[in-house]
Amino acid sequence: MSSDGGTPVLAVNGLRRAFGGLVAVNDLGFEVALGEIMGLLGPNGSGKTTALNLMSGVLRPDAGTIRLMGQDIAGLASYRIARLGLARTFQLVRVLDGMDCRENIRAGLAFQKPHLTAAEAELRIGALLARVGLAGHDQRPAADLTYIDRKRLELARALAAKPRLLLLDEWLAGLNPSELAIGIDLIRSLRADGITIVLVEHVMSAVRALCDRCIVMSSGRKIAEGLTADVLSDAAVVKAYLGGVAADA
Amino acid sequence: MSARIAGIGSLALAAIALLAFVPRLGNAYYLALSISLLQYTVLATAWGMFSGPTRYVSLATTAFFGVGAYTVAVLGEILPWPLVLLIAAALGAMVAGVVGLSTLRLSGVYFVIFTFGLTELIRQLVVWFEVNKSRVLGRYVFVNITQADIYWQLLALTAAVFLLGWLIARSRLGFALRVIGEDETVAKHCGINTTFAKVALFTISATIMTLVGAIMAPRWTYIEPSIAFNSMISFQVLIMALLGGAHRLWGPVLGAIPLTLLFELLSARFPNTFTIILGCIFLVIVYMLPRGVAGLFERRSAPSAKTTQRVTA
Ligand SMILES: Nc1ncnc2c1ncn2[C@@H]1O[C@H](COP(=O)(O)OP(=O)(O)O)[C@@H](O)[C@H]1O
Ligand SMILES: [Mg+2]
Repeated sequence: MSSDGGTPVLAVNGLRRAFGGLVAVNDLGFEVALGEIMGLLGPNGSGKTTALNLMSGVLRPDAGTIRLMGQDIAGLASYRIARLGLARTFQLVRVLDGMDCRENIRAGLAFQKPHLTAAEAELRIGALLARVGLAGHDQRPAADLTYIDRKRLELARALAAKPRLLLLDEWLAGLNPSELAIGIDLIRSLRADGITIVLVEHVMSAVRALCDRCIVMSSGRKIAEGLTADVLSDAAVVKAYLGGVAADA
Repeated sequence: MSARIAGIGSLALAAIALLAFVPRLGNAYYLALSISLLQYTVLATAWGMFSGPTRYVSLATTAFFGVGAYTVAVLGEILPWPLVLLIAAALGAMVAGVVGLSTLRLSGVYFVIFTFGLTELIRQLVVWFEVNKSRVLGRYVFVNITQADIYWQLLALTAAVFLLGWLIARSRLGFALRVIGEDETVAKHCGINTTFAKVALFTISATIMTLVGAIMAPRWTYIEPSIAFNSMISFQVLIMALLGGAHRLWGPVLGAIPLTLLFELLSARFPNTFTIILGCIFLVIVYMLPRGVAGLFERRSAPSAKTTQRVTA
């Protein structure tokens, strides 16, 4: 995809991180082109979340480079990476429970430069609430929201920063079929806005519907990479998933 | 909204103007008591400015108070008073900056212990310096400052602290601190330089505490390290802020006033068992009023029982 000529939005090379003797991410490398949705698959414990943590600065890599729009961000503080245009959601949803929905989203945009005027910010917050399906919940404390609404709010906070790259860690997990359809449409609509996405996901129907390409991890290593349909029918991938997550949801 | 701000502002101005007359009453006991009330009001409010939003429990109040008091003991006679205050504030800010940078990465109980240890460390350093270098253990404070002067300075500082706290709460820094208090990881991913925000507020809060120590120093004619660095102050301020409710700017004062009066009474009546009583009061507050007196006022307008529970848990 990077053969299109443009700098990839994300280029990871030789990424490695160990916890004690356990190598959670081992020599990982891949590229994500502008506007692409890249699936990051693999059984539980294969290192997907660790990879996202390395990209977003929660963890420092032991080795390797991570280039965001060409700039190496490996080992930078999270807040610097966030200001460079990377936003994410968390596998275990993290919203600011003591604040209302508006304030949660405001947290996402208040610290991005250039700063918006108060009026601009309020407009943007309102638009984001509507976009993720939380219109009318403005003053609602985040602690009162249902599980899916918490996920929506977390996504709105990530989008508030107008990210170039969005990392979604099992954002669709735990949704019922109708919520899932809405969620898939929502993520697809983000691509139309020019946001590049890395999607960690177990829900295979969503992966098929959304991802242009996928990479598959197992025990910290990349074991497959390619177009989604090809990767999902790859023998090694099916084997890695056996005994783990069902191959289809 | 701005009408409300104007209302509260003019009310506050009127209150300050009225309070400025206390020394004119000519009653030394009331003046002394009022000084204590203001002292603890400023200390507890300054404590809450940092610890309220971040939920870091600091026991370093004494350290900064002591630095302020000792600066006066050393420089009070030599330099003009405003300059002494300025130097005290600068010293407090410097110590706070260094301490903040080295400790605000610590979390929870480690931070509590470190701040407590810090007080002891600074006191021992001062003792060592005085004994080995200055060859004195205590110092007489000869400055031309009356009790009324102390009171007025504290009153001005009180006004300044509330104004500053109000401005910070409305600022981007204030919002950043609230996000940090909610979830530091999320704060970082929102682009907040959490270390800077915490150190900045810790420094502001500590500078105010240092100024209180400096202003209060002339109250004693003789100062030695155990007086200036009395760790009881840290605990009392902590209890006051918790009783009042540290998550609101106006919370700590609600704890500072009743407890200053109570402590005044208790330390006079039961000087030997005072510490034990203090401990019991602390337990009662933590169990009965986890959100402080301010929390009681909020209950009526609380958005939901669920939020309140979560925050208290
Ligand atoms: N902070 C950590 N400390 C120690 N081990 C960790 C840590 N984070 C993840 N691991 C380990 O790294 C491996 C990969 O975990 P993770 O990245 O969460 O996998 P996935 O998201 O693919 O399920 C697991 O064995 C996990 O136990
Ligand atoms: Mg995971």
